[in-house]
Amino acid sequence: MAQSATKSRRLVMTVIAYAFALMLFFPILWMVITSFKSEADAIALPPKFLFFHWTLANYIAVQARNNYWGFAFNSIVLSFGSTLAGLIVGIPAAYAFAFAPTKNTKQILLWMLSTKMMPAVGVLVPIYLILLKVHLLDTFTGLIIILFLSNLPIMIWMLYTYFKEIPHEILEASRMDGASRWKEIVYVLSPMAVPGIASTVLLNIILSWNETFWSLNVTNIHAAPLTAFIASYSSPEGLFWAKLSAASTLAVAPIVLLGWFSQRQLVRGLTFGAVK
Amino acid sequence: MGKINLRGVRKSFAEVVVIPGVDLEIPDGAFVVFVGPSGCGKSTLLRLIAGLEDLSDGRVFIDDQDVTDFAPARRGLSMVFQSYALYPHMSVANNIGFGLKMAGMPKPEIVKKVAYAAKMLNLTDYLERRPGQLSGGQRQRVAIGRAIVREPEAFLFDEPLSNLDAALRVQMRLEITRLHQSLKTTMIYVTHDQVEAMTMADIIVVLNRGNIEQTGAPMELYENPKNLFVAKFIGSPTMNIIEGEKAQKYGAPTIGIRPEHIKITRDAGEWSARVSIVERLGSDTFLYVDVDGVSQLTVRAEGDLGARPGDTLFLTPAPNRLHRFKPDGEAFKL
Repeated sequence: MAQSATKSRRLVMTVIAYAFALMLFFPILWMVITSFKSEADAIALPPKFLFFHWTLANYIAVQARNNYWGFAFNSIVLSFGSTLAGLIVGIPAAYAFAFAPTKNTKQILLWMLSTKMMPAVGVLVPIYLILLKVHLLDTFTGLIIILFLSNLPIMIWMLYTYFKEIPHEILEASRMDGASRWKEIVYVLSPMAVPGIASTVLLNIILSWNETFWSLNVTNIHAAPLTAFIASYSSPEGLFWAKLSAASTLAVAPIVLLGWFSQRQLVRGLTFGAVK
Repeated sequence: MGKINLRGVRKSFAEVVVIPGVDLEIPDGAFVVFVGPSGCGKSTLLRLIAGLEDLSDGRVFIDDQDVTDFAPARRGLSMVFQSYALYPHMSVANNIGFGLKMAGMPKPEIVKKVAYAAKMLNLTDYLERRPGQLSGGQRQRVAIGRAIVREPEAFLFDEPLSNLDAALRVQMRLEITRLHQSLKTTMIYVTHDQVEAMTMADIIVVLNRGNIEQTGAPMELYENPKNLFVAKFIGSPTMNIIEGEKAQKYGAPTIGIRPEHIKITRDAGEWSARVSIVERLGSDTFLYVDVDGVSQLTVRAEGDLGARPGDTLFLTPAPNRLHRFKPDGEAFKL
């Protein structure tokens, strides 16, 4: 009896979970479907779900109008570049917070996180002017610095949570074995924290890839990533839903695939510490 | 050479004083055991020697060289941790050889030294495994191997056997003693287990609240404890402590007598006792008895005495084995 009760409970939970998942996934699904419609079908009422004339015309039009690969290349450079910079600063920082805490460590961590609470638009003008002065507008360097700095608090927090799970004694053992601080981080800490570092990297790439505000405001042609590529479809000539959908599908495809293949790692990383 | 000197060593964490001030001389080649109840500061003292904690005050000397400000690696010491602290992502061979790699030793030489240590510790067949694939005893041996290959001035052991089961603990105890006999290197060993202290040590250092209560050879501590704390801590089962009228008779406010130093007779003796519990170990029998005017006493008899709960026996303490204590706990002789 008890067993069948838990079984039916599990069935109900599964149905609810699938319903939620579908709800979250529906906009993406709709976007993909719309990208294969004609512009007329895209705005037809009532909406056409599956029974319309499927076409690749939008994708052809999009590629004809902009160079998708150029934008994709920029997205890759920006997200990987900012993530690499974040690791170089974030790992030593998280190491210090986790293994050499002072009575102010918690406050510093909270302060860092609090910088994420300010709306970015509040500093748009000063940052724009700074970039203008130092000639970093519409450059990889400029946007990488911004992405790196804005994601750094999250990276440090994630790495910190991970590092805290690593037994201190193992690091002490390496110190007894003669490892310098740097070798301790490279040979002992980092290999042990690979799952944590990997999920931090994945999350950071996704965040940088999807970042829109700064990439729209401080880039134009040379360093513009895929988010700018999509935005160019809400143009003065009017909204073209089908083409916009095709562009968006192309823009999110790489990151969706990356997330898909690494979802196990990602979920484990994000719940680490919370469930244990 | 591994002579270690502590002079006025003090350690406090924020406001909490863990080690109020310790002076200690550890001769080269000695097996020294720091023993005491949990929280007595014995691990902290070891970590201060290792350099894993900074001293609040005082100096540490190794072979007459002041190493107080040296990083752990520069002190030439090896440490075996309670949790083994093996590198989980490295093979056994790499775990053992890590210290040599850090020291920049050429690879062929590392391989040779690792092979030698592994042979010594029966780990040769496991060199390619990861620590996760080993049993507790094997992990402990890897941790010891990692300590050995560096040929340190001294070994530091921080409760290395407390994670092992009883049988393995006895076996590893012997292995560590044997290791000390063959290497003749100074070893400092921290434990809360007085049996380990008694069986392994050349010198026992009894610690209580960060203070050294007594330092000496195991039998010296057993026979002449300086105070009540040492008297109660060393020896198993613990020494019987008797206060009041029965103690006054022997000229002290408090007296102590070990369970093995009480003569048991059936008909007549100093104290009359009622047996409450009998523990038979085969070789020995421990009797827990009630004596009027005294709390429960423990008495050890060789072999099987044939006593049963409820029996009345007579006890006589061996007069030359009696320990007398002043009200402040200090031992004295008549």
